Amino acid sequence: METAVNDPILKVRNLRLTIPLGAGSLNAVRGIDFDLQRGETLCIVGESGSGKSLTALSIIDLLGRGIERRADRLEFDGIDLLKAGRSQMRSLRGDRMAMIFQEPMTSLNPAYTIGDQLVEAFRLHRKADRAAARARAVELLEKVGITAAASRLGQYPHQLSGGLRQRVMIAMALMCEPELIIADEPTTALDVTIQAQILHLLAELTREMGVAMILITHDLGVVARVADKVAVMYAGELVETGTAKKVFEAPVHPYTRGLLGCIPVPGRTQRGAPLGAIPGIVPSLISEVSGCAFRSRCAEATEACGAFIPHRVASEGSHSFRCVHESGRKAGAEAGT
Amino acid sequence: MTAPLPTQPVLELDGVSKVYSVKQGLFGRRKPLRAMDEVSLSLGRGEVLGLVGESGCGKSTLAKILLGLEAPTAGQVRVDGEPLDGQNRRLLARRIQPIFQDPYSSLNPRKSIKDIISLPLRVHKIGDAASQENAVREILDVVGLPVRVMNSYPNQMSGGQRQRVAIARALIMKPEVVICDEPTSALDVSVQSQILNLLGELRREFGLTYLFISHNLAVVEHLATRVAVMYFGRIVEEAAVGDLFDRPRHPYTQALLASVLTPEPGLGVPDTQLGAAYPNPIDPPPGCHFHQRCAQAMEVCSRLAPPSCLDGDRRIECHLVSPPEGGGDAATELERR
Ligand SMILES: Nc1ncnc2c1ncn2[C@@H]1O[C@H](COP(=O)(O)OP(=O)(O)OP(=O)(O)O)[C@@H](O)[C@H]1O
Ligand SMILES: Nc1ncnc2c1ncn2[C@@H]1O[C@H](COP(=O)(O)OP(=O)(O)OP(=O)(O)O)[C@@H](O)[C@H]1O
Ligand code: SF4
Ligand SMILES: [Mg+2]
Ligand SMILES: [Mg+2]
Repeated sequence: METAVNDPILKVRNLRLTIPLGAGSLNAVRGIDFDLQRGETLCIVGESGSGKSLTALSIIDLLGRGIERRADRLEFDGIDLLKAGRSQMRSLRGDRMAMIFQEPMTSLNPAYTIGDQLVEAFRLHRKADRAAARARAVELLEKVGITAAASRLGQYPHQLSGGLRQRVMIAMALMCEPELIIADEPTTALDVTIQAQILHLLAELTREMGVAMILITHDLGVVARVADKVAVMYAGELVETGTAKKVFEAPVHPYTRGLLGCIPVPGRTQRGAPLGAIPGIVPSLISEVSGCAFRSRCAEATEACGAFIPHRVASEGSHSFRCVHESGRKAGAEAGT
Repeated sequence: MTAPLPTQPVLELDGVSKVYSVKQGLFGRRKPLRAMDEVSLSLGRGEVLGLVGESGCGKSTLAKILLGLEAPTAGQVRVDGEPLDGQNRRLLARRIQPIFQDPYSSLNPRKSIKDIISLPLRVHKIGDAASQENAVREILDVVGLPVRVMNSYPNQMSGGQRQRVAIARALIMKPEVVICDEPTSALDVSVQSQILNLLGELRREFGLTYLFISHNLAVVEHLATRVAVMYFGRIVEEAAVGDLFDRPRHPYTQALLASVLTPEPGLGVPDTQLGAAYPNPIDPPPGCHFHQRCAQAMEVCSRLAPPSCLDGDRRIECHLVSPPEGGGDAATELERR
């Protein structure tokens, strides 16, 4: 048995998010579990609409109005987030937890200078004086690779390119030395060259400062290169979780295998040859969903898939998946992806 | 492996430039912005020309000029050898169809899917109502949409579904050339692979020619037969897909390819060394436009623009390839055109 020396910074058990609609309710997230250790990067990947952003928002309590959050446990460094009040959440956000969004303009205020915005959060949470806060801002802008940082403090967000704004967001997220960063598609809107630079930076900074990170993306290349742990999400559930190495090199769940077959891999996929595909569409999550939500698109589906789907452990401890088949494949089916 | 040069190009750009006049700030004077700078390219029948480069380098401008949506400031566009000008634009529209990046804004929200897809048939008075509806059914099947979406409206569909509608609309005219500007960047990978397979099938079946603009270099490598790399309005390198990806020669191409994150865990995120930011388009740097960011820049690079050189089937603009002050490199020769 493991002892609790390394308590995870984030503990999520049976998280459920429900959105009431006129005609029933949308079960957007349907019971997910994961742990995140300090300094660890978890990538959540999956189909559009599978509930990735909602999961992220539910942790920092920024869900839209009316969205119901339930869980058996939702703990940040031992703090029960289910019971935390608004003011406690507000003081956690921007201080011990930070969020980076896809579109920096959603969190940068166009009416204030970069300097004011960087300094404000720091002064609020750290009760530092202005000079100390400014010094910290310059230090971080330099750290995220912005040249002539001091002169940038007086600029407004619209005076910066998209790549620079995203760097400012990262600097802002790091101002108070958070222990957890949640980044939702932080580089999706950027050029590949800038994406590489920003991810390089994020990976370096989180490692250097021992920050835990949840990175949401639909780019499997990003996942493979950045993640310590990968969670594959489909229709509101985590269908497979494991180390990046396991999930990419020995994927088990039929959806994960399908997903990996969809992308061309330079040097491995024959140029011009048809790519793998996952025919069909995601089922509606309005009203109760029984069995495996992937079964309508799954080549391995059997009658049993409409009933209870067990959690299974793949080859090793931290690699798990949900499927009726013990190996993620119909009995008697050939091995190999 | 070098693809044989096609005999009769379907599309040709000959020294095409596009200069916009832009105003800087509220009271600033108008200044010229060279979005395309003497671009020469040709697309052979059945080819897939991949066009890659950083945001703002002029890719969409090139697409719009090919579609006749913008007039070039200088140079000529030819379709099957015929110059594209005001008079024959409508005729040529039948042969060249676009698929744009943004499936949200490119579809009229007030029209049903059936109306959207059948519009080109109605404009060109092809067939009667019944045969048009049949054509819509057929094309919906080709792009993998259920027939029942005919009576839906764009806002009732997902991003992936909308993009399929856009593809259906482009293909219903059985065009010769399809200009794809980021056709899959808004889509899930599982949908992307289906669309890419579809584009590949259609190419084989109908001998379609594509200009394929994408930020996703793995996708370009998979689909393209030739690739042109654009930087600051110029084509800085162009070669057959294998040559370009296996042996990139322009430092910018090298940096671009180094940024590609292949789905291989354990490799981390590369440091591309592309320090400085993309230059301001109304204030072009002297000499080679890339010299401030180039890891291999020499003294001459900041003074002289590198000439366009042919090396076998590859065209490249870089002083490394064409030693400027009389240096002899037997492998290269100045392009004579
Ligand atoms: N405020 C809201 N009201 C109603 N439905 C919502 C709301 N927010 C999200 N949803 C729905 O909940 C589901 C999950 O949404 P979420 O944004 O978490 O998806 P996602 O996995 O982040 O997708 P993407 O990859 O497209 O960002 C979707 O079906 C979405 O339409
Ligand atoms: N109508 C216009 N008026 C003025 N400038 C324009 C216009 N259209 C484009 N530009 C400018 O021309 C340059 C090239 O733009 P273009 O849209 O072709 O880039 P792109 O390569 O398609 O970029 P992205 O990858 O972001 O789509 C940019 O600097 C852009 O701001
Ligand atoms: S010409 Fe000079 S600056 Fe430009 S890419 Fe070549 S080496 Fe670099
Ligand atoms: Mg999202
Ligand atoms: Mg564009």
